[in-house]
Amino acid sequence: MTSPLLEMKGISKRFPGVVALNNVSFDARPGEIVALVGENGAGKSTLMKILGGVYQLDRQPDGQPDGQSGAGEIRINGEPVVIQSVNDSMRLGIGFIHQELNVLPNLDVAANVFLGREPRFGGFLNLIDRRKIEAETEKLLKRLGVDVSPRAQVGDLSIAHRQMIEIAKALSLDTRLLIMDEPTSSLTLAETNRLLEVVKDLRAHGVSVIYISHRLGEVTEIADRVVVLRDGANAGTLERDEMNHDRIVQLMVGRDLRHVHTPKTDSIKPDYFIVENLRTRRYPNKPVSFTVGRGEVLGVAGLVGAGRSEVAQALFGVEPALGGRTMLDGEELKISSPREAISKGFCLIPEDRRNLGLITDWTVRENVTLATLTSYARAGLVDFAAENRAAAEMSSKLRVKTPSVEAPVSQLSGGNQQKVVLAKWLLRKLKVIIFDEPTRGIDIGAKSEIYELVNGLAADGAAVIVISSDLEEILRISDRVAVMHEGNLTGILNRAEASEEAIMRLAVGHSKS
Amino acid sequence: MKKEMSIFILLVVLCAITAILNPRFLAPENLQNTARLIGAYGLLGLGLGAVIITGGIDLSVGSVLALLGVLLSMAVRQWGAPGFAAVLLVIIAAMGLGWLHGFLVSRVRIQPFIVTLCGLLFYRGLARYIAGDETKGFGDAAGLETLQKLAVGNVFGVPTPFVLLIVVSAVMWVLFHRSVYGRYLFAVGNNEDAARYSGINSRRMIVSAYIICGVLVGIAAVVFAFYTNSVSPSSHGSFYELYGIAAAVLGGCSLRGGEGSIIGILVGTALLQVLRNLVNLLGIDASLDFAVMGAVIFIGVLADQLLKRKKDR
Repeated sequence: MTSPLLEMKGISKRFPGVVALNNVSFDARPGEIVALVGENGAGKSTLMKILGGVYQLDRQPDGQPDGQSGAGEIRINGEPVVIQSVNDSMRLGIGFIHQELNVLPNLDVAANVFLGREPRFGGFLNLIDRRKIEAETEKLLKRLGVDVSPRAQVGDLSIAHRQMIEIAKALSLDTRLLIMDEPTSSLTLAETNRLLEVVKDLRAHGVSVIYISHRLGEVTEIADRVVVLRDGANAGTLERDEMNHDRIVQLMVGRDLRHVHTPKTDSIKPDYFIVENLRTRRYPNKPVSFTVGRGEVLGVAGLVGAGRSEVAQALFGVEPALGGRTMLDGEELKISSPREAISKGFCLIPEDRRNLGLITDWTVRENVTLATLTSYARAGLVDFAAENRAAAEMSSKLRVKTPSVEAPVSQLSGGNQQKVVLAKWLLRKLKVIIFDEPTRGIDIGAKSEIYELVNGLAADGAAVIVISSDLEEILRISDRVAVMHEGNLTGILNRAEASEEAIMRLAVGHSKS
Repeated sequence: MKKEMSIFILLVVLCAITAILNPRFLAPENLQNTARLIGAYGLLGLGLGAVIITGGIDLSVGSVLALLGVLLSMAVRQWGAPGFAAVLLVIIAAMGLGWLHGFLVSRVRIQPFIVTLCGLLFYRGLARYIAGDETKGFGDAAGLETLQKLAVGNVFGVPTPFVLLIVVSAVMWVLFHRSVYGRYLFAVGNNEDAARYSGINSRRMIVSAYIICGVLVGIAAVVFAFYTNSVSPSSHGSFYELYGIAAAVLGGCSLRGGEGSIIGILVGTALLQVLRNLVNLLGIDASLDFAVMGAVIFIGVLADQLLKRKKDR
């Protein structure tokens, strides 16, 4: 058993209000591909950002990592190290290829690869040795099997190529440990295969790779080990011969929760809202079809990037769909702007509450009445008394905790802000309500209040769609669960079939079996 | 209310200081003249205010004044159009330009700065070309007395442009601060995406703001044309947009959009004109005219920033 190249022990990280990592251990051996997997929010990125010097692990109050209790320590080749900056990390031979690539599109390939470390002629002028840079870059690119000229403008290259350039850069830095965060999320099948070959080749040359990915197919293809995180803690490690999809999914999800679901009375009228072959701008070749009943809550699960928000935006008219049709109560709809959607009885509670759901400079009253202002107007002029009454009523009905409706909405907590967003829409007659991550960043107490509201809306006869990355939440409030993966609707589960594992399987790309 | 209060106090203080240092400030002709200028420039300030509230800007105002001035003169002198028809033509032309700006900003998505900067250059050049680079005037053409009175006349001793400004301001105050339209306009200026998500037709709102600016610039063009009684296409209206922008900013409009007050713009305009008057009456070198204004505007905005920071702490 070769000694570890990297050992991370007892790593904890706390952010205000949330524990991102709790006593996590992770190690990597030389020339090994270790996959790091987990649900959204499990702590994978946080752990790697600590390794990459972007974050710092929590230390004991006296500022020293306590070797005795084994808390918070990182060792490279057996030697304890302190990583306080990206530079520190790089100097230790750790390379990080982020999900959002860090290349400079306005420069050429060679310049990007040697950025900041250009070999120079020395002397008075200390000019950059272009020829040397290009020759070296050429060598690296050949090694990676990339057919691109060192003089090519990076801005003109595909994402797959840009990724290769980042790898070339890492190699030129004598990287011994390469972290790759969701490297294939933007690649085609062919490019993905190419990348996997390159990663295997890196391993053959003694470079260790930490491979973060949701795509279990890739993980089982190339990883020597897979480390699973769940809720900020270690959930388990599987060696190559123990690895299979089901076991990985089981570790990712692991909870044994009893889900409280309010039994629906029979009053669901199916096929009230029909979506047929909807194609979004982001996934133009992946038509999505589903229906929502009147009085039903359809949960939409999936991993980040699955295309759920895009569907919501297409339905609401923010980003018009490229194709497909929608029908509400038998009537075909042509929606190309939020205004039209609203006039047909739609509403969208957006994911980005602060920037899209509210005008944060305004008061509670002004926000609550924004979508219904014409109802308190006579001859175009606002009747303040009527407006005030409506705002106060709705605000107390939803139990929004605020000193008054004249308070600036920025002073409210996340949960109460979300209620203000809801209040804005509840003043209208709604037929289809789409929630996008309704309880993100909201405490438990407020969450249940929001769930009550969601159920109430369905009970009042609307068709409700709830997009959420929180499996517990989805299972709690949904009558049926649609799952998306990379733009595809991989399956719709009814109550009996819906379990966290079933959802996870569909979310990572399996089709319903 | 606080913001308007503070520049209003500043205005009063400034008037007091000027009056003390040179009592001629309070002479009827001087007050009338200042009021006349406030009236004319105030229209520009209101127009620019509307656009700034949507988060945009209009740098072409001065050049449009020149172009419309030339148009007005040619309509009356060369085409023999009756006065009111010519005025109508000018205002419609101004609205058209306003619509064009609004369209380019909201549909084609070009930054307002760029659109109107190009306008500034283009309209000026166009004005010079159409006028053959000659100064255009109105001579003593008959039938124009009523229009001339618009610029140089008085209504019960109060200069007509000033009265016009008050009337327009009253309408705009109601429109911006009491109507649904106004609420939507501020919403779009503050956060266009959030406004769209709430069902507001943000594109239409933006275009309407530029059209409002166009109408006001059109009216101002008529006033300025008859005030100077001659339009030199190369210099007429030069830098006037800066007066408008300065008035709007002093009056509380944030260049980021979503903030502004009609009353504030009025006080801001008055402040600037009183300042000019002050420079004149105190015998300060005329060349420092702009320097004084620039300094005062800067200090005004700086003070506002510091006060805001203090409040947030």
